[in-house]
Amino acid sequence: MSISAQVQLRLGSLDLDATLDIEPGELVAVLGPNGAGKSTLLRALAGLQPIDAGRVAIDALVVDDGAGVFVEPEQRPIGVVFQHYLLFEHMSVLENVAFGLRARGTAKAEARRRAREWLERMALAEYAEQRPRELSGGQAQRVALARALASDPRLLLLDEPLAALDVGTRAAVRRDLRQHLSSFDGMRLLVTHDPVDAYALADRVAILEAGRIVQMGTLAEVTARPRSRYVADLVGVNLVRGIVANGVLRTDTGAAVVIADAAPGETLAVIRPHSVVLTREAPTSSARNVWSGVIVDIDRLGDRVRVVVDGVMPLTAEVTAGALDALHLRPGDAVHAAVKATDIDVSPV
Amino acid sequence: MSSGRRRGSRARLPAVALVLAAIAVAFFALPLIGLLWRAPWSNAWGYLTDDDALTALRLSLVCSLWATALSVVFGVPLAWVLARVEFPGRTVVRALCTLSMVLPPVVGGVALFFALGRRGLVGQYLDRWFDLRLPFTTAGVVVAQTFVAMPFLVITVEAALRQLDQRVEDAARTLGASRWYTFRRVTLPAVRPALVAGAVLSWARALGEFGATITFAGNFPGTTQTMPLAVYLSLETNPEAAIVLALVLIAISFAVLVGLRDRWFGARVSVSA
Repeated sequence: MSISAQVQLRLGSLDLDATLDIEPGELVAVLGPNGAGKSTLLRALAGLQPIDAGRVAIDALVVDDGAGVFVEPEQRPIGVVFQHYLLFEHMSVLENVAFGLRARGTAKAEARRRAREWLERMALAEYAEQRPRELSGGQAQRVALARALASDPRLLLLDEPLAALDVGTRAAVRRDLRQHLSSFDGMRLLVTHDPVDAYALADRVAILEAGRIVQMGTLAEVTARPRSRYVADLVGVNLVRGIVANGVLRTDTGAAVVIADAAPGETLAVIRPHSVVLTREAPTSSARNVWSGVIVDIDRLGDRVRVVVDGVMPLTAEVTAGALDALHLRPGDAVHAAVKATDIDVSPV
Repeated sequence: MSSGRRRGSRARLPAVALVLAAIAVAFFALPLIGLLWRAPWSNAWGYLTDDDALTALRLSLVCSLWATALSVVFGVPLAWVLARVEFPGRTVVRALCTLSMVLPPVVGGVALFFALGRRGLVGQYLDRWFDLRLPFTTAGVVVAQTFVAMPFLVITVEAALRQLDQRVEDAARTLGASRWYTFRRVTLPAVRPALVAGAVLSWARALGEFGATITFAGNFPGTTQTMPLAVYLSLETNPEAAIVLALVLIAISFAVLVGLRDRWFGARVSVSA
């Protein structure tokens, strides 16, 4: 029971050729810049864009093979949360959520009862009779999610669910979304251009560049071992999860990270490899975070080098080839890694 | 757009525009005032309750409502095809279907006659096979009115369908809605303001129809003599009656346009993000 998709299609200047699998209960994020073909890939899975060649199967059901077989979107066991939510403006919130059930033939009273349950679960019960345009961005997103989930899909597709929100509310809505998504045990595919969405929500990530998946793996694999310069720039960061108290984030392994402007609670910290300074001696500088460790790997990507340091706080640092040579660093060497608190991005999860 | 913003921009309009606009309003208002000025107010009730006048009024209302209904039934699918289906020659088809808006109605009536008359291209078979004759019948009035009125509905609804975000229909499809269910429950409600506006415009056009009607359906009291025909005819015999009938026609149209304007014309067809 899984998704297996091999999508080949041409649309305008886009030449998409991507193979993707989703295991049961898994959330896969497709990450890439605008125009890479992310939304087209999602539309192909949804049946809104027929493929030229390949094969899309949801569980055992082949829904598109580019030739004779094409299952219409309304016949596929899917739910979609669109980028701008695309709620039906002429219907109330409750009717929006009941729409899928009504369209599939559920009696009106029963559809409304189940829609109301979904609204309660999403803490939206008081907005049931309002029109979508009266809702905030975060509320509209929850309605879109409830509408997509109400007809019990096997596969949930999310197209840039946070892109329409302003920066101020995005973190809170993302945390909300994470919570609601974790209560859905089907397969989920998230399409986003924002790596933080993938860090916060995904089990596995697929990096899509110009219609091709250039790397796919678990979040930890892809962030720690980007296979190309492009992937390194996009997602090759240090992800640190932990609990914040008094301006200090503590990880499961017991490392302490001093951060700036973080609210207490569970938090995701992003340390960019080029923010990490490596020294042989313990530094005296303004950097609040200094950890000692041992170099376990050195990976050259052009004239930049990714240095993997293991210790109480495992980190990847990115330095130039010249700096590496000047310090004569080699695997096995002991080093100190320093990071300024203000160079660390944090977002609540 | 809020009325506050509109009021704000009016204040910044140059004086010359205000003067020109005032002249335009006067241009539309003066003929109406002229009619009111010459109206035989003391005898008005008599002309109104005259049997011929009432018959013409009733015929006008019945025929124009039928024409509006036919325009909706055939015009909405036509608008949908023009807005959504890519096919070669679409521009030509659109021009053809809206030609009667700019055609002199008399020409339209003559053309209808050659097509649907007793010896017409199609009319001869309607007559021979179905014993159906359209010219000089009430059905002929409806045909003539529909011919000139439907384009108003088609262009209004087509514009609304083009404006509508088609991804909203995609969203409906992914929720399990068939194409037909999506059209009924999502597309149609979203373009309803435009549909109502288009229907009202069509109806107003049908109500005022003169040239095509008199050419194709003739001028028989009780069967084909609608209000505009009655007004024109009585101008020669009884100008006072003509003025009263004209005022009734104006009053009905004006009331409907004013009544619907705020509710429907102002409503924008939109699907917010």
